[in-house]
Amino acid sequence: MKILVPVKRVVDYNVRVRVRPDGSGVELSNVKMSMNPFDEIALEEAVRLKEKGVATEVVVVSIGVPQVKDTLRTALAMGADRTILVHATDDVNQDIEPLAIAKILAKIVDAEKPQLVIAGKQAIDNDMNATGQMLAAALGWGQGTYASAVEIDEGAVLVTREVDGGLQTLRLKLPAVVTTDLRLNQPRYVALPAIMKARKKTIEEIDLAALGVDSAPRLTVLSTVEPAKRQAGVKVHSVDELISKLKNEAGVL
Amino acid sequence: MSVLLLAEVHNGQLLKDMLARTLTAIAPLGQADVLVTGQNCKAAAEEASCLKGVAKVLIGDDATLAHGQAEPLAALIQSLGASYDHIAAGATTFSRNILPRVAMVLDVMVLADVTHVLDAETFERPVYAGNAIQTVQSRDRVKVFTVRTAAFSPSGMREEGTAPVESVPVPADPALSVWVEDKTIVSERPDLTSAKIIISGGRGLGSEDNFHQITLLADKLGGAVGASRAAVDAGYAPNDWQVGQTGKIVAPELYIAVGISGAIQHLAGIKDSRVIVAINKDEEAPIFQVADYGLVGDLFTLLPELTGKVG
Ligand SMILES: Cc1cc2nc3c(=O)[nH]c(=O)nc-3n(C[C@H](O)[C@H](O)[C@H](O)COP(=O)(O)OP(=O)(O)OC[C@H]3O[C@@H](n4cnc5c(N)ncnc54)[C@H](O)[C@@H]3O)c2cc1C
Ligand SMILES: Nc1ncnc2c1ncn2[C@@H]1O[C@H](COP(=O)(O)O)[C@@H](O)[C@H]1O
Repeated sequence: MKILVPVKRVVDYNVRVRVRPDGSGVELSNVKMSMNPFDEIALEEAVRLKEKGVATEVVVVSIGVPQVKDTLRTALAMGADRTILVHATDDVNQDIEPLAIAKILAKIVDAEKPQLVIAGKQAIDNDMNATGQMLAAALGWGQGTYASAVEIDEGAVLVTREVDGGLQTLRLKLPAVVTTDLRLNQPRYVALPAIMKARKKTIEEIDLAALGVDSAPRLTVLSTVEPAKRQAGVKVHSVDELISKLKNEAGVL
Repeated sequence: MSVLLLAEVHNGQLLKDMLARTLTAIAPLGQADVLVTGQNCKAAAEEASCLKGVAKVLIGDDATLAHGQAEPLAALIQSLGASYDHIAAGATTFSRNILPRVAMVLDVMVLADVTHVLDAETFERPVYAGNAIQTVQSRDRVKVFTVRTAAFSPSGMREEGTAPVESVPVPADPALSVWVEDKTIVSERPDLTSAKIIISGGRGLGSEDNFHQITLLADKLGGAVGASRAAVDAGYAPNDWQVGQTGKIVAPELYIAVGISGAIQHLAGIKDSRVIVAINKDEEAPIFQVADYGLVGDLFTLLPELTGKVG
């Protein structure tokens, strides 16, 4: 069974993002970029399925700027067998919408014919939480989003999902799309030598134009602003003082 | 202008508060047709028909819709969707699972977590864990979006009469997924997304047993219980209690964070709270930068004292 894992290069989750003073977007130059945390979890799951002998090949694909190759090298170091870069733009400030990403991924799926796609539940930059569901729809496949457990079982995949009320388990016919939640696994740590070694491996490159997908944005960003700041309040020195403030000053008790 | 609003029903129970808040959020678009789905959901539909802002209620009642799976639900919405300008829902795991699938079959984009409907095609939404707020304009024929409801008040009841209720045909199940089980905990406590008071615990609690001290205080104050990701990962609290960028977004009158450091991802979920209290032994913890009242000290002495003295 072949597994396809789409990964996105995003601003590292530890970076405190700043809005550009002119409101044209967020500052992306000179900030640390990493693999989207949910995609690391997706790749870890795929690699574990391969290590268990359930999967035969793990193919990673990323759509974006040429710098995405750094992320793909990390993927190779984590255990991906092959990686594909879909070169979609040279502008690091251009975020391609999930609708277009899903259509592009559907083309890759047509070519690669995986039995399972494991994506992240959400990219932590646009916070859209959409691509996996859209890809499943484009392919006419079933979807198991927000997975905290994944088990392959005779032509199907059992997915335990983190939902608002607790957990839900679904059995999806393969091929299917799964998206990962935080508690699916703890991604392995990749040491620098492994990343250096991965530098020697080749990354397949595809030009977006060759796929014939209309990736024109449907949304125009009119402005990007900082959220209203919360003022830090006061320190209280005892439980009694806290209760008194909550009762008399804030009126919430 | 016409709006289709997807309501959420579990075991025949309408999430009424969520629906009522969503109706307020989308009020700039006018009245909405509310789609109620599930098995035996007539009572839920009647409940929905009493809310202000509802033009009519559509019922999709079928066994294939009983567990909220995305594939049959998206097929149903697709069969209704073409005549609407907007398809919306309150942002929950239920709707966020379904609406992107609907958007794809209609070949339009989807917008997650809208915080403000400015006009028929312009929406505000947070990105980067709420560290930036974008205003976006959609060129799509149908605008599909989910709404963050915590900061809106419920729409209230209609003054007179009820909205008409009609059944809609349910398309054949695409049969791509089979429901196996739900493990849901039914709690007497208020829901996180509508609670007036929330007590949240973090890694500082140290164990599942100790986490009980959070629930004790919550029960005393009639509040909901939340948790940081670290507390959930460590097994102190169930996953559906997680508050933050990738958990629940809350906006209570009072949020008390105990043993939580205040990572960006956690703060993303609590910024709209009216009053934030932090109890933490580390006076440098980032949570104090957003807390209205900070109490520095050991939670194991402060929390029992607080529980003993309130109420
Ligand atoms: C993709 C991604 C998504 C994420 N989404 C979320 C999310 O939705 N929600 C979320 O919460 N996190 C999220 N996180 C995790 C987040 O980055 C933090 O790791 C997490 O919030 C930390 O939880 P914590 O504050 O409980 O733990 P810690 O950061 O370990 O803080 C524990 C705090 O307890 C205090 N403490 C310890 N003992 C005591 C004591 N006896 N008395 C008083 N204080 C004490 C310490 O001083 C410390 O400040 C996400 C991370 C990633 C990468
Ligand atoms: N540019 C991209 N390249 C590859 N995969 C992507 C890209 N954007 C999104 N994805 C995948 O889709 C998931 C959800 O992203 P989103 O819908 O944007 O929140 C991510 O976790 C990735 O697995």
